[in-house]
Amino acid sequence: MHFPWVSPRNSSSQLRSAQNDVRLMTRQELLGSFERSCGEKIHSKTEFRGETTFTIAASDLREIAKFCRDELSFDYLIDITSIDNFGEEPRFEIVYHLYSLAYGIHLRLKLAVPKEANAVDTVSDIWPTANWHEREAYDMMGIKFNGHPDLRRILMWEGYPYFPLRKDFPLEGLPSEMPDVAFTNVTPMEGGPFVTLPSTATSKDREPRARPPQL
Amino acid sequence: MPEKWATAYDSKIEGNVIFTRFDAALNWVRKNSLWPMPMGLACCAIELMATAASRFDIARFGAEVMRFSPRQCDVMIVAGTVTYKMALAVKRIYEQMPEPKWVIAMGACASTGGMYRSYAVLQGIDQLIPVDVYISGCPPRPEALLAGLMKLQEKISRERSFRNQKPELAEKLEEALG
Repeated sequence: MHFPWVSPRNSSSQLRSAQNDVRLMTRQELLGSFERSCGEKIHSKTEFRGETTFTIAASDLREIAKFCRDELSFDYLIDITSIDNFGEEPRFEIVYHLYSLAYGIHLRLKLAVPKEANAVDTVSDIWPTANWHEREAYDMMGIKFNGHPDLRRILMWEGYPYFPLRKDFPLEGLPSEMPDVAFTNVTPMEGGPFVTLPSTATSKDREPRARPPQL
Repeated sequence: MPEKWATAYDSKIEGNVIFTRFDAALNWVRKNSLWPMPMGLACCAIELMATAASRFDIARFGAEVMRFSPRQCDVMIVAGTVTYKMALAVKRIYEQMPEPKWVIAMGACASTGGMYRSYAVLQGIDQLIPVDVYISGCPPRPEALLAGLMKLQEKISRERSFRNQKPELAEKLEEALG
């Protein structure tokens, strides 16, 4: 059976033969070939409940992404997520969730966003779906993507002055005003059942109460 | 009885003549043909559609003519979460509706922001436009929307429509009639 949309592009001969086998490539083989090929570029490897995460450097992202797509058949970028480690270094991290439709294998790539530029290279030319994912990361976290064809906000409006998913942005919001476009106000949190505090206290004390977030 | 009186009075039309206040007649006409502007923004709009469909049949109350042009509507049903990004658009559409006009805030989100205590959500559409009827529920049942519509009809039937619409003329008439 031939699925042109899931076949790896420019496959190396080794992988091509593996795909043409009746037997599918196993997870160990695929991730093993990733580790062998990237070698030094892998900073760390984490296994958690059968899912593998590799930490890489932001400068190696495009090279590794292309390799993953073309040689390892990770043809599906499921999602791009970003993490705000507020108060720690590195503050921002980006996670790429990859999937191989040909082999049914997941791979997660994680990298720290360089502090000075607060930007990483785009992968929207490698996986077109990254276009909107990167716009969302820019809109919510303020992380920029070098080479992105159209880096505008995607959920909030152009000109909104904040990045709402950052940890130093309060849940109740901040006032802003753009005449004829949009405005925002601070949301009253009284009676709001959704403000919780992380703690080791009893569940009675942890029960959601109306309280402003403490920053 | 003089002959001309006999021609002016016709017992056949007597049963068809009603004496009433002008306001009452005007309000009766208005409240029984409310044309809604379906401002469906979230899941409440699904219940709004159910209300318009055959089982609940909003046509029983004369409000079945949903118009997607605000210029042909007189009641805006704000059904759903009003985000700040959408808020000014809702206001603009409300302003495009001709007078007289009314607003129903359908559901928790449109009334108060509902469960969205968030930076992105307007905490009640009444912060931007005047609301006549609030309907609780998340989302409200179609029956609740119909009850809200009937409340609005009650409210309309109590309005002083003529004075509201033509204040100068009403004043002149009052002076002339002493």
